[in-house]
Amino acid sequence: MALINIDLKDTEMKKIFIVFGLLLISGNVHAALNIFACEPEWAALAQEIGGEKVSIYAATNALQDPHHIEARPSLIARARRAQLVVCTGAELEIGWLPVVLRESGNADVASGKPGNFEAAKYITMQEVPTHLDRADGDVHAAGNPHIQLDAPDYPAIARALSERLSELDTANSPYYQARLQTFTQKWQAALLRWQQQAAPLKGNSIVVQHKAFPYLTSWLGLIEVASLEPKPGVEPSASHLSQVLATLQQHPARMVIRAAYQNPKPSEWIAERAHIPAVVLPFSVGGTEGAKDLFGLFDDTVARLLAGLK
Amino acid sequence: MFINKYLRMASAVLLSIATSAYAETPVNNEAVFNPAFSLILTGTYGQFQRDPTIPATGFAMNPNPGHVQGFSIGETELGISANIDPDFRGVATMSIDATGGIAVENGFVQSTSLGDGLNLKFGRFFSGLGYLNEQHSHAWDFVDQPLVYATLWNNQLAEDGVQLKWLAPTDSFLEIGGELGRGLDYPGTNTPKNGSNAGAVFVHLGDDIGVEHSWRLGASLHQTTQTDALSTAVPDLLNTSGGVTDSFSGNSQTAGVDFVWKYAPNGNIRERHFKLQSEYFRRNENGLLTYDMTGAKIKDSYSVVQSGWYVQSVYQFMPMWRTGIRYDRLDPGIAQVGALNAGNVISNYAFNPSRTTWMIDYSPSEFSRFRLQLAYDATRQGLPDNQCLVQYIMSLGAHGAHQY
Repeated sequence: MALINIDLKDTEMKKIFIVFGLLLISGNVHAALNIFACEPEWAALAQEIGGEKVSIYAATNALQDPHHIEARPSLIARARRAQLVVCTGAELEIGWLPVVLRESGNADVASGKPGNFEAAKYITMQEVPTHLDRADGDVHAAGNPHIQLDAPDYPAIARALSERLSELDTANSPYYQARLQTFTQKWQAALLRWQQQAAPLKGNSIVVQHKAFPYLTSWLGLIEVASLEPKPGVEPSASHLSQVLATLQQHPARMVIRAAYQNPKPSEWIAERAHIPAVVLPFSVGGTEGAKDLFGLFDDTVARLLAGLK
Repeated sequence: MFINKYLRMASAVLLSIATSAYAETPVNNEAVFNPAFSLILTGTYGQFQRDPTIPATGFAMNPNPGHVQGFSIGETELGISANIDPDFRGVATMSIDATGGIAVENGFVQSTSLGDGLNLKFGRFFSGLGYLNEQHSHAWDFVDQPLVYATLWNNQLAEDGVQLKWLAPTDSFLEIGGELGRGLDYPGTNTPKNGSNAGAVFVHLGDDIGVEHSWRLGASLHQTTQTDALSTAVPDLLNTSGGVTDSFSGNSQTAGVDFVWKYAPNGNIRERHFKLQSEYFRRNENGLLTYDMTGAKIKDSYSVVQSGWYVQSVYQFMPMWRTGIRYDRLDPGIAQVGALNAGNVISNYAFNPSRTTWMIDYSPSEFSRFRLQLAYDATRQGLPDNQCLVQYIMSLGAHGAHQY
């Protein structure tokens, strides 16, 4: 009797172990990798590569100025459980992210850890200042941080992100690699399409509200003749706008462009007086109706620029 | 064979470059200037109808940080911070007083690698109680602190000790924290002894509502003991000219609640944003009061409940321009005075100090700000004061991110 009893206990124990084992495995299978994306473009890219294996929280939306975000309690709470933080870097988020990460008590996503991904590290930065002086306005040491309109560099960022996801979630590495391949192929085809569509833009002069478009202008061959902000990050003043207007009489531009989150007034002031269209660009995913994902972002950007030419 | 070997070496090198790419490039923004230096320059011009050193009625035994009349450079704040090693970060803030003294405002070490939502701080730091207490003066929305902070915390409570905070792994923000310290600042009396002489616990809750609204709610408890806390020029029932010097020893327990709500259209604070905040503190002091240290020296029991609150709102109505309004109120309470001092010590002032403040500020950039502040001060019974303050705040060097 005693022996039988022990046997019974053994099988029960085994059952319990199996059930626990299954629970653990299924727990792992269903636990998506938690991603905290600083800007909507990186949330969209993480979605392209991570698919259903990731759960993404976008910390900001396209109608917010990414320089000016508060370290809100909600952001700190979301960063606490993040396994990967995907941001632009290059000091774009310097006014809020350091506090969010520090207060989150999450050592895995601290700057420099594998759980901290900065897209700006994987592209060639533009407008890198030769000297740093605050008299020049809001200038970032690493270069212009508005890299999200740098369409040709997305495959490089996507590859680095896919590698990072694979490193953090080894079990799903083949999945991320496969999605990277699909994304890259689709992107290369889309790049050709955008470049063909945007061909008429080449060589045209534009005015920008904030120095936020160097990657877009260099990609599409647009020429930036003036900026409505006297210095990066400094509000357009009446006297500076008058100067810009004078410049435009010498070097006419075809349109004045601004990001969806920017105050329309300075652009509209110039547009009215210089008799050029004011063009609003989505600037990131969600900035306009058409910019539903990364492909939509560039479809809509190119379409809006072309409409500005007419 | 050789080719094979070289190929293997080359691939190993490539692999190591690829895998260490994010470890080798400079990673910490603060470390670009290693350590990060910052300097805050502030100055005020103050115009008052009354002597700013007169304390609020019923608060002669509390601090009166007050104001400075005329031109004054206020406090110059020098900050240095950097990661110490992979596990610790160090922060020092020196404040250079207008009169020449240098004080260590903050000097603490913070853990960076504990994880699990834990944050450990040790050294000298601003206590985590309330909402405003941790904010440095250059981040204040008004030239001065609310009356309740001025009288109950001598503007801001700093502590020499240890602070541990834990953030819950929840979608909403839930943080609890505790501190132990020496009781460095008022209401502590900085008395050397073994063990801790002051403690605080606090809890913070917060979240967003949609993309436009965010809020934080907090509650705090603070406890310390006062040993021979001297107060000069305390008015008494005998109408002694110039008041008397009293000494208090006993327990001090303070409870507080704080609330802040912020709103910005589309959550874009660059253009316009609105902030509403309010805090309430209530302190119970219980011990022995010695009346007239330079004369009668009569010691008997003394207990009082003091409280105060403020509500303020600040609105950025266009980029660079903000305006704000604040209402302050204090209650000195009715003291329970032991029989020996019943004829000496004032127990009931029957007056609630209050103040209404308006400010407007203009910030040409993130690093510079000019402010005009007007206040109607009714903190001193029978001595209403119209106050005018002009202030500048300028920040040089590395400028760290601000707290919520």
